Amino acid sequence: MTVEPRQALVWDYAPAPEATDHLRLRDRYGLFIAGEFREPADSRYEPTINPASEEPIAEVAWAGAEDIQRAVEAARAAQPRWAALPARERAKYIFRIARLIQERARELAVTETLDGGKPLRESRDVDIPLAAAHFFHYAGWADKLRYGVVAREVAPLGVVAQIVPWNFPLLMAAWKLAPALACGNTAILKPAETTPLTALLLAEICQEAELPEGVVAILPGDGATGAALVRAPGIDKVAFTGSTAVGRDIQSALAGRDIALTLELGGKSANIVFEDAAIDQAVEGIVNGIFFNQGHVCCAGSRLLVQESVAEEVIAKLWARMLRLRVGDPLDKNTDVGAVNSAAQLERIQELVQAGEQEGAVRRSIACELPDRGFWFAPTMFTDVSPVHRIAVEEIFGPVVSVLTFRTVEEAIAKTNNSVSGLAAGIWTDKGAKAFQVASALRAGVIWQNTYNHFDPTAAFGGYKESGFGREGGPAGLRPYLRVVR
Amino acid sequence: MPRLTVRKTYKLYIGGAFVRSESGRSDLLGETNIPRASRKDVRDAMVAARKAQARWASLTAYNRGQILYRAAEALESRRAQIEAVLREDGAGDADAKAELDAACDVLVHYAGWTDKLHSVLGGVNPVASPFLSFSLPEPTGVVGVVAADRPALLGLVAELAPALAAGNAVVALVSRTAPRAALDFAEALGVSDMPAGVVNLLSGRLAEAAAALGAHRDLNAIVDASGDRELGAELDRLAAETIKRASHHPGACTYEQATEPALERIVALTELKTAWHPVGV
Repeated sequence: MTVEPRQALVWDYAPAPEATDHLRLRDRYGLFIAGEFREPADSRYEPTINPASEEPIAEVAWAGAEDIQRAVEAARAAQPRWAALPARERAKYIFRIARLIQERARELAVTETLDGGKPLRESRDVDIPLAAAHFFHYAGWADKLRYGVVAREVAPLGVVAQIVPWNFPLLMAAWKLAPALACGNTAILKPAETTPLTALLLAEICQEAELPEGVVAILPGDGATGAALVRAPGIDKVAFTGSTAVGRDIQSALAGRDIALTLELGGKSANIVFEDAAIDQAVEGIVNGIFFNQGHVCCAGSRLLVQESVAEEVIAKLWARMLRLRVGDPLDKNTDVGAVNSAAQLERIQELVQAGEQEGAVRRSIACELPDRGFWFAPTMFTDVSPVHRIAVEEIFGPVVSVLTFRTVEEAIAKTNNSVSGLAAGIWTDKGAKAFQVASALRAGVIWQNTYNHFDPTAAFGGYKESGFGREGGPAGLRPYLRVVR
Repeated sequence: MPRLTVRKTYKLYIGGAFVRSESGRSDLLGETNIPRASRKDVRDAMVAARKAQARWASLTAYNRGQILYRAAEALESRRAQIEAVLREDGAGDADAKAELDAACDVLVHYAGWTDKLHSVLGGVNPVASPFLSFSLPEPTGVVGVVAADRPALLGLVAELAPALAAGNAVVALVSRTAPRAALDFAEALGVSDMPAGVVNLLSGRLAEAAAALGAHRDLNAIVDASGDRELGAELDRLAAETIKRASHHPGACTYEQATEPALERIVALTELKTAWHPVGV
């Protein structure tokens, strides 16, 4: 590169923090079982902290084996009645939940940002509206299931155990609960250990919606709670979003048992920039693809594949754009990149970045003032990355992009598909026919052409290969929660 | 002096070729030697299947439908011989005839699915943003099949046809106690238009061959119609290693069981791909 852009940007913004005084958070949250918040059997409460300050926000009960059993019993008892409701009544409960999420959107967005560290702009504009949209979409399916699964007689599976990650806490809860309930199942949801609060607010919303008791249970806890939940007797289906390692453990734990399973796991998604792309637009897409939500996105465009002829230009422009990213207080409406979700995740990112340096890739991290407390990682780009480097193969789940190059369309396809995972991919080219050809050759569940990281309740989402199986969104998202009677 | 019969040597069907087990092993079934597939035979079949799959999937749906239909034609034309084999292996006259009827009809049924999957399983998603978003089914890749032991032919065809209709290549372990009908069917496939490597048929012992197949890291999905719960659990555990799609169901004994619900069999072996394209200037 001939011109190295400035290392730091001198540009002041007036702080624009979102107020938190409207929150009605409790000091302590119990387990949501059979329609009520209850004490955990072993009285275990754990603090949930703000990753931007490391300050505790509230204490949250963690579920143990006894609590899980109570929740399963309540869910089993509730399931036949829930499934027997006229479908349009079931629909109306779910519509109510969608409406209540919209009404409490501000509170949910701020809570999501406090508990998880994501920029308020994202929780406000993406997470919460999409969560409401998801419930709204599936509410309407409840009385149309036979049209969703090709005019067959279908029945709910029964009691479903659902485990969601910490990167989109409420949104993932919505992806799980909405189709499960629409299909007449009852559900036990375990939010992630670092981000339980919006799921607990969703429990309040279920109460407000007068959802029959036992239809939804919310059991916070850590990996041990999740492991116990998927092994609990009385579960008919497990749906999991999270790491490939845990997904593998769950699939193995269910071996030989007649329990349905869907897995939405990790990825190392490629974002492919061809020489005929609109480069400035592509750079915006690359930034959105990898720095959205601090890179804590299963489909993050973490492998940037650039055609050799434009690599220098793309890297220069991307770096210039990265220097303008604002990292800091997630509650500030100007913030682009917030806090890393947890100390453990920060450690994982640091370890892989270190591996990248050791293996010989060239690292560039933007110079930015990071707060003294909390978990932070400056947006980072690696160049001179070889396809065998750990940072080109393993999911970093942080604001780190690895840049690789290619010469031909065939090489781009081969490099993209050379991965055990296959969740998503991006294609940047102004040639429509080429975009469609490449899209059909890529072994990945979601292909974004000249865009990245768009989601919608009507559009199926899910992976190929080791990125998991089953789909969420649209009619395809119903099938994992139904069995075909005939 | 009576004429000496020319006996048939049964072979594995791998990559479009009829081969002995690389291990040189065989098992005597009645008066016939049946090749006993080894771990290496499974690997060879996997390589052939992976190589053939992309091209098979890239054929037009119309073309794949015609090739499946041609397979039905090839089976129908050999039915007398295969019925005789089924009778020798214990089927009654009526059952053998019914099994051939059903196997041919199942192939015809799934031949008609190849160009309908997209409209039934996919479509345009009415997203709330300025994008053309659509979802379409694609094959999951290479599918492993552990066919039911009986019925020896229909049990295999019922698993093959939906996998092929969806655009997958298949490595199948055929009936253990009556493998000849399936290996004769391989000859019908061999002279049909089915591209080499799309269907690979192995005879052998259940535990050994199924475990080798289920453990293969390049396999995308495993369909288990063995009815053996212990083996099913083992295949599930092996599937978890590389997040394979695993499904279990009893072997199909009738046309109805093989085709109802046909779509569920196909869905288990397809992926749904969603593509987004901006709309506007």
